[in-house]
Amino acid sequence: MDAAALEAHIPRLRRYARALAGDPDRADDLVQDTLERALRKFSLWRRGSDLRAWLFTLMHNLYVNQRRAERPMLEWNEAYLAPVAATQEEQLMVRDLQRALQQLPPEFREVVLLVGLEDFSYAQAAAILGIPRGTVMSRLSRGREKLRRAMEGELPPTEKGR
Amino acid sequence: MSGQRRVLDDDTLQAWVDGRLDPARQAKIEARIEQDPALAARAAAYRRHRRALHQAFDGVLAEPIPDRLRVAPPRPRRRAALAAGVASFGLGIALGWFLALGSGPVPLATAAPRLPQEAALAYAVYAPEARHPVMVGAAEKAELMHWLSRRLGHTLQAPDLSAYGYHLMGGSLLPGSAGPAAQFMYQNAARRRITVYITWPRRPVQRTAFRFVRRDGVEVFYWIDGGMAYAVAGRLDRAALLRIAESVYRQLRG
Repeated sequence: MDAAALEAHIPRLRRYARALAGDPDRADDLVQDTLERALRKFSLWRRGSDLRAWLFTLMHNLYVNQRRAERPMLEWNEAYLAPVAATQEEQLMVRDLQRALQQLPPEFREVVLLVGLEDFSYAQAAAILGIPRGTVMSRLSRGREKLRRAMEGELPPTEKGR
Repeated sequence: MSGQRRVLDDDTLQAWVDGRLDPARQAKIEARIEQDPALAARAAAYRRHRRALHQAFDGVLAEPIPDRLRVAPPRPRRRAALAAGVASFGLGIALGWFLALGSGPVPLATAAPRLPQEAALAYAVYAPEARHPVMVGAAEKAELMHWLSRRLGHTLQAPDLSAYGYHLMGGSLLPGSAGPAAQFMYQNAARRRITVYITWPRRPVQRTAFRFVRRDGVEVFYWIDGGMAYAVAGRLDRAALLRIAESVYRQLRG
């Protein structure tokens, strides 16, 4: 494999990991583990298939294993907030979103991020996470709704049956 | 499609949020969403939050890739020339060089990501100890080396760091994630302390390049060599610690 091919994916792996893990150090640990696993398992990658999706699959598996094996969730730390250039109002929303995201159960957070941030198709997200497409859809729908409620304060269940 | 359908199914709504419907259907669904103010508000919020994800995290894409995540040598594209871990010292903290060995590439650097955490934690716990920073003091060095070597199943040496002003205080046996770990504690005239932490790697790796992390204010250089994992930890200037770590590496090379 060409190391450069792998390196081209690092920025997006880092973005996803940052959004997933919150803490930048732990996010980069996850990226580092993913790259190392990719180097070791490169023979298992089917040439011609989507390298990016394969890397995200490795990262997902590592993330799940780590969560199973290790520490309880870290406290959300305001210092993790990435500085953003935006109007003040937007900034507040972005901060709320980052906070709400960390409170989302990880299985929802993963789907919301793979689809909403990383722009994977529903089928790709299903393959990365090793779950049926229908589960992706229901987690996406519920995950986004949980985020919205967290962002906008607990809302009464209005929308339906009007 | 005629008649009044009150509930738009969730899958279609999500596909609209993600812009994954074909254009005609996208427009049609949009029209339907607009007819229902509550639904329209919800859908707009989903879209807004989708955009906010990018605002929050796209900045990461522009960040320089930290050295520890580099998998390709930045300048010379020749891999084999960098076989010796020592070659990377000049570059400080290069990582992940890998060699073309036989048919396929073999990763030279395989992580022991727990190692620096363990070493940093052990440092943070023992270095501030005024009375009992080590289990066995340097006065009983022969006994100390024999004991730790036996427990690790590997002949250990405590590197001599007197050239840097640091003197061995002694050593301890600690639980590492892959088995027993030895920690040697050093102190200089200003009572500043550093540790050399040695254990088995979690994976059977012979050698890695030099790496660096900062954990909770503790600077850690770490590597695997001769099948053993090493870390040098301290709260001290990174360049100064690097010089010491290089010396430890040279003294302990397998």
